Amino acid sequence: MPTILMPALSPTMEEGKLSKWLVKEGDIVSPGDVLAEIETDKATMEIEAIDAGTVSKLLIAEGTEGVKINTAIAMVLGEGETPGELPPQAPDQIGSADPGDEGPLNAPAQGETSVTAEAKAPAPVAAAPKSVAEADPDLPEGVEMVEMTVRQALNEAMAEEMRRDKDVFIIGEEVAEYQGAYKITQNLLQEFGPQRVIDTPITEHGFTGLAVGAAFAGLKPIVEFMTWNFAMQAIDQIINSAAKQLYMSGGQVHAPIVFRGPNGVASRVGAQHSQDYSAWYSHIPGLTVVAPYSAADAKGLLKAAIRSPNPIVFLENEILYGSTGLVPKMDDFVLPIGKARIARQGADVTIVSFSMGMRYATQATEKLVSAGVDVELIDLRTLRPMDSDTVIASVKKTGRLVTVEEGWPQGGIGAELAMRVMDQAFDFLDAPVMRVTGKDVPMPYAANLEKLALPHVDDVIAAVNAVTYRS
Amino acid sequence: MARKPAAVAVPNIPELTEAQELQAYRSMLLIRRFEEKAGQMYGMGLIGGFCHLYIGQEAVVTGITMATIEGDAQITGYRDHGHMLVMGLDPKGVMAELTGRSGGLSKGKGGSMHMFSNEHRFYGGNGIVGAQVPLGTGLAFAAKYRGENTVSLAYFGDGAANQGQVYEAFNMAKLWSLPVVYIIENNKYAMGTSIERASATTDLSLRGASFGIPGEQVDGMDVRLVLEASERAIEHARSGKGPYILEMLTYRYRGHSMSDPAKYRSKDEVTKYRAERDPIEQVKARIIERQFGTEESLKAIEAEVRAIVNEAADFATSNPEPEASELWTDITVAA
Ligand SMILES: Cc1ncc(C[n+]2csc(CCOP(=O)(O)OP(=O)(O)O)c2C)c(N)n1
Ligand SMILES: [Mg+2]
Repeated sequence: MPTILMPALSPTMEEGKLSKWLVKEGDIVSPGDVLAEIETDKATMEIEAIDAGTVSKLLIAEGTEGVKINTAIAMVLGEGETPGELPPQAPDQIGSADPGDEGPLNAPAQGETSVTAEAKAPAPVAAAPKSVAEADPDLPEGVEMVEMTVRQALNEAMAEEMRRDKDVFIIGEEVAEYQGAYKITQNLLQEFGPQRVIDTPITEHGFTGLAVGAAFAGLKPIVEFMTWNFAMQAIDQIINSAAKQLYMSGGQVHAPIVFRGPNGVASRVGAQHSQDYSAWYSHIPGLTVVAPYSAADAKGLLKAAIRSPNPIVFLENEILYGSTGLVPKMDDFVLPIGKARIARQGADVTIVSFSMGMRYATQATEKLVSAGVDVELIDLRTLRPMDSDTVIASVKKTGRLVTVEEGWPQGGIGAELAMRVMDQAFDFLDAPVMRVTGKDVPMPYAANLEKLALPHVDDVIAAVNAVTYRS
Repeated sequence: MARKPAAVAVPNIPELTEAQELQAYRSMLLIRRFEEKAGQMYGMGLIGGFCHLYIGQEAVVTGITMATIEGDAQITGYRDHGHMLVMGLDPKGVMAELTGRSGGLSKGKGGSMHMFSNEHRFYGGNGIVGAQVPLGTGLAFAAKYRGENTVSLAYFGDGAANQGQVYEAFNMAKLWSLPVVYIIENNKYAMGTSIERASATTDLSLRGASFGIPGEQVDGMDVRLVLEASERAIEHARSGKGPYILEMLTYRYRGHSMSDPAKYRSKDEVTKYRAERDPIEQVKARIIERQFGTEESLKAIEAEVRAIVNEAADFATSNPEPEASELWTDITVAA
């Protein structure tokens, strides 16, 4: 085949930069010869020739950014081949910048209303104490906001906390020399050395247990799971050892540890590599579960997690790693764990989501608002302890609730929210709560089925239409 | 790239028959060309997710499968395309699974990492590193339970060899004398981590020693040695003596998956393996030297293999995606 196409080099790559040509027109190439270097947000990669031939034309100039996968980038003619028709190039194929997903709805939190709890009947003696979350700190006047990716935000959070506290170290597969399978730990080895940035063998149950033990002894490990799918090998140590230790020891021994990594569905990686563990971990007393969406929340909450004396499950999302947002440039930007963020105030309907679900919810909100529905959008940010107060106050105002998550419906975060609303705001509801979730099936590989299995912006809009009786 | 013929006379290397040499050549070439095509198709966005190529390791599964009999079960990790091709599964079905089409071996629902064939007793196609080792041990358990004469072959990598469940399985296999052969495909790296950086001891054939499981290291780039060692190991397991470990010293030419920049090893290392140890070039050189074939007759095989691969690729790109209703099937068996 004479045309060389821009290759996809990872499950989530859509475009890349053609950084360098290593051949020129007229060169003769053999299989395995490196033709060009390509940069993605994760890595620099080389394209090799598959067949022997002569480079007849370079179609994309060196240094071009945003080259979409499958764009023809060069022609290589095999023996006896003549240049045919150039494949038609869609006009928008090159350099069309993704508008990004961080619309106005994702401006940093401001003007959050703090909600006073309503007077309640006297609690029974053994009721669980209520956790009250503090509000986000006010940002200093005129603070500079820096645009960065979620990936950079997480990386900065770890680097800053490691500078601040020598007991913090990071351990996991490929976190050091490889710079992280998803490049979240980039440059940490260079700055902090191999004693504090530790590559492990593939032995999740073992290194997780080891890290929990080190936390019992007072260190503050950050355990990176290459993805949360592989933490299932280690879930016993997370739940039975880390989460329960304080209680079992009558308050003596605790585990100041962060378990983190990408959670949820990536892209086309099939059933064993695509699932959302939000509900799983949120089920466990003793754990704190954080699932940020924006870059600012990723940074502020990861810093808080590392400082927490408790075991924290910190759920990131691979698809969101490359998305950008504004993060305040401060020496120490820390956000309170356990506090939801009102991403948009509104009066007609409440949408509650978190992590990747916020992308669907945000896009749906934009469309709904322009169609005249005054949506209140809440990003939970922390799943345990869950900030019911913010949700309940909102539902009391709007009378309608739609929840959005990627995970399975049964026993999900939406199910929990619906129960809480029924418990605490039943009389305020004007419609049944509706949830938008991933379909109740293992994740299929086929592109069409994967799409069907995931929640969609349209599902959110349909649910909002249903609870507002607009449909 | 010029490759040096590598037929070096080493004493005590078993000679293959003409038919065996040609079979090995064809099998390995099929894997090689199939994987190259898969790599290309990934680059074109026709294959999604993760795609782990077997290029360089072809002699391992080829030699082992030549030592099996019908009914023997095989199971491996996610680097699984070659296993299915050698076990005789239709390349069209394998490629269509890679593209997520209805004609794929898992109807497009599994993908590169999750392919199976009940008929051929191939049990995957497993995405979780190490999980296939207890599973393969369970296949052996079932054979023994039912008094069947079949053996289970469980493949895993040098990286997987550090998972705890591997050793839990070893212990039970020996304790209960299960007919399983463990094949450690030591290609020197687990993603970006070399075996030296991950393993306290690097002779993986000794990993069963504390359980009393015999093991040996085999040159996994030489299909003759793979076949010979496999015959011994499989016979051991089949005759009721229990598990056996074969550590296959091999090498993957490509990155771990398609998104691996492979900065952890030198270009020279890869080039050297390709030039001096290539499993296919070794067989090819012997075929010519022993006059089992000529450059021309081998070219004819090559053309035949390419045609099979192209046909598979055409099928995999023209075959339709699964019906939307497939989303809701195969979740539980209807009772
Ligand atoms: C339990 C688990 N942990 C981590 C991963 C991610 N992962 C996939 S392959 C791999 C490397 C395995 O290397 P090895 O066992 O040597 O096999 P090879 O890829 O070399 O064939 C890793 C870490 C996984 N799939 N499952
Ligand atoms: Mg390996």
